[in-house]
Amino acid sequence: MAATATAEAPVRGPMTPVPYRVVSRAPETGDTWTLLLEPLADPVVPAPGQFNMLYAFGVGEVPVSTSAAPDPSGILVHTIRDVGAVSHALISSKPETVIGVRGPYGTVWPLEEARGRDLVIVAGGIGLAPLRPAVYHALANRDEFTSVCVMVGARTPQELLFIRELEDWRGRFDVDLDVTVDNARGDWHGRVGVVTQLVPRAPFDPATAVAFVCGPELMMTFSARALLARGMPKESIYISMERNMRCGLGHCGHCQLGPTLICRDGPVYRFDEMEQLMEVREL
Amino acid sequence: MKAIPDVHEAHLTHPAPTVIDLDGLHALVGVLRDRGYCVVGPTRRDDAIVYEEIASADELPVGWTEVQEAATYRLERRDDEARFGYPVGPHSWKRWLLPARVRLWQARRADNGRTRFVEEPPPERPFAFLGVRPCDLHAIAVQDRVFLEGAFVERDYAARREGAFLVAVNCGTPGGTCFCASMGTGPRAESGYDLALTELVGEHHRFVVEAGTERGEEVLGDLMAQPATTEDVDEALRVTHEAVALMGRHVESFDLRDLLARNVEHPRFSATAERCLSCGNCTLVCPTCFCTSVDDVNVLHDGGAERWRRWDSCYSQEYSYIHGGSVRPSSRARYRQWLTHKFGTWVDQFGTSGCVGCGRCITWCPVGIDVAEELASIRATDGEVDHANN
Amino acid sequence: MRTIDELVAESPVFEGLTSEQLELIAGCAQNVGFEAGERMFREGDPADTFFLVRKGRVGLSTHAPARGSVVIETLDPGEIVGWSWIFPPYVWHFDARAVDDVRAVAFDGACLRGKCESDNALGYELMRRFAGVMIDRLLHTRLRLLDLYGRDGDS
Repeated sequence: MAATATAEAPVRGPMTPVPYRVVSRAPETGDTWTLLLEPLADPVVPAPGQFNMLYAFGVGEVPVSTSAAPDPSGILVHTIRDVGAVSHALISSKPETVIGVRGPYGTVWPLEEARGRDLVIVAGGIGLAPLRPAVYHALANRDEFTSVCVMVGARTPQELLFIRELEDWRGRFDVDLDVTVDNARGDWHGRVGVVTQLVPRAPFDPATAVAFVCGPELMMTFSARALLARGMPKESIYISMERNMRCGLGHCGHCQLGPTLICRDGPVYRFDEMEQLMEVREL
Repeated sequence: MKAIPDVHEAHLTHPAPTVIDLDGLHALVGVLRDRGYCVVGPTRRDDAIVYEEIASADELPVGWTEVQEAATYRLERRDDEARFGYPVGPHSWKRWLLPARVRLWQARRADNGRTRFVEEPPPERPFAFLGVRPCDLHAIAVQDRVFLEGAFVERDYAARREGAFLVAVNCGTPGGTCFCASMGTGPRAESGYDLALTELVGEHHRFVVEAGTERGEEVLGDLMAQPATTEDVDEALRVTHEAVALMGRHVESFDLRDLLARNVEHPRFSATAERCLSCGNCTLVCPTCFCTSVDDVNVLHDGGAERWRRWDSCYSQEYSYIHGGSVRPSSRARYRQWLTHKFGTWVDQFGTSGCVGCGRCITWCPVGIDVAEELASIRATDGEVDHANN
Repeated sequence: MRTIDELVAESPVFEGLTSEQLELIAGCAQNVGFEAGERMFREGDPADTFFLVRKGRVGLSTHAPARGSVVIETLDPGEIVGWSWIFPPYVWHFDARAVDDVRAVAFDGACLRGKCESDNALGYELMRRFAGVMIDRLLHTRLRLLDLYGRDGDS
């Protein structure tokens, strides 16, 4: 019997993107844009906390978290900051541009875990984008939580994301939103200070609350400490980690942080699982 | 030192081993080629024994052996005509299952504006690997765990692996840097092969053959194999029994994962990093190192694009690059990453050790960094902390 | 409506002081109010007062040429505003303005300074507590210095 080279090839290999079309793009700040994407083939439906690998034709791929509620039709919303060649190509993509999408990958914000409890959201800078789907879920299912408290920090008022939505949330009676900026000019009449300063006075019960924290790693560490100082147990705090990713599949090795693969075991982690790893420099 | 089991207590895995002679070995290569396999086996090139496609058993390194030590590799003539009288050279089978550079797909914009991603077809011919050492068999299994047994299957690896025919060769001549016995991966192949050979050199130069699969049995059926006698079996067992005592290195492999997890700030990492060149040789020659990266390129002449997958190494600066910097800028951090991953966190990530004791990293490190020595040193000074560099 | 004595006794800043010390401090205090936008103190003026905010928010700011008024920090009810009264040259380093309508307890810093000179035990206690307030503010300021949300993130 002659040797056969291979068994049935899979329908689509996991490194092959699904084509998507840019429907629109809108600037959030000077260097951050939100893309609305529509599938040209199979839909990709990420849950809050998950990410997709977005491919800019001929340039490369980067992991980007979803920043909208899951849409079964496959419509995607991704808020992307211009920090390199690929992200630059993505945010420069005009409507009708075809890009590639692979996903969804990773772990989710544990909204089930937070049912029946106070939900606390702490967002720093671009960290608000991966948390927005959690806020959407909370507002759409408000009965599931005893209270919803959102704290947002940004560098300057001009760098606040989703300003219009923040103003809407601020106007609601069923969510407590506080916003602060690190630096401001004379035309800002809101709060000035670092987001960790909002934690001591935020209206939630530390004994029973669940917190989702997202932003630069140092910001998450300090925010977690502020939450712990208020009496929250480590097991009730969740963060979203990030490392270099080349595949999203657990095959390329790049996203390792000690014993964990962030694309597979994260990006959302419970703080007690991550705390010691985050303390080791250059791990 | 582990106790060497009494040779009379050991037995071959297969209940009915057979024997072939040198003609049989020739025939084996021929049969595999006739069945459409690309036969890859050890051969001499550039003063090393490497794995290349071979057309006949004549191309095997007849009567050659390797002398290996830390930062040392050379070939020497044996005083017999053994076909497999050496351990492992710089190549491993990942060269064929996970090639250094492979195209994954091409993206084309069709006339109607639609974009199609055309995946690369698998290689035309399946591979038959002749001369897979037990350590390397385990290495293949370790990579199978990564690429085939996770949530996602690596398409190219699966295609190459699926049809691959493995002819293992048990070890009679371990090398100066070998420690498969410490890692429980050799010198005898227990499973994971289609055929396993034990070479018996001497007056009657022959091979004891065990079939590990139906496919192996079938190929064996074409080879005029004779049933193995008790003497054949005893001699085969003695070969690998004696090989255990000839291992060049020994590693206390007990509890390595926990040892390394609690010694993340050990001073040994900075000390050794002073010698480490971050050249990445160890990751190139290691049969289990699997890290890759992708190159997304434009194809200028037709407006298309391609994605290529290539080997990468945790020793490179850009490996851990995010947010305008590398997470592991120092060579200490990168050396620590490699060692602790290989022997420690690999267990957390994939449920097995990443090391199979082949010794290649010791042989091919230009400054002779020796993982056996490294691990022994950390074990001997368990708990020491590097206050200056952490 | 709480009395000054009650506020002082309950404030974490004065926790652990003896009732005599609390009485002394409360004795140097009075209720004050500022309308939204009203300046509470001016950079460069003598600093003889500090405040415990009861209601409303206070913005610390400075004036930078071509930038205008730059808010340094927003302080909330329950927080202490002003530590320049306790260290020479006893001069305000920043402006403070009421962001909303503010109700606060104002403490006579000049008087307390005198008391600290003669009663070193009290002096030590107040110095320790104000050092704690400053350490807290310093930590937050350093976090902002790190410019964590800047283009290069936390590198």
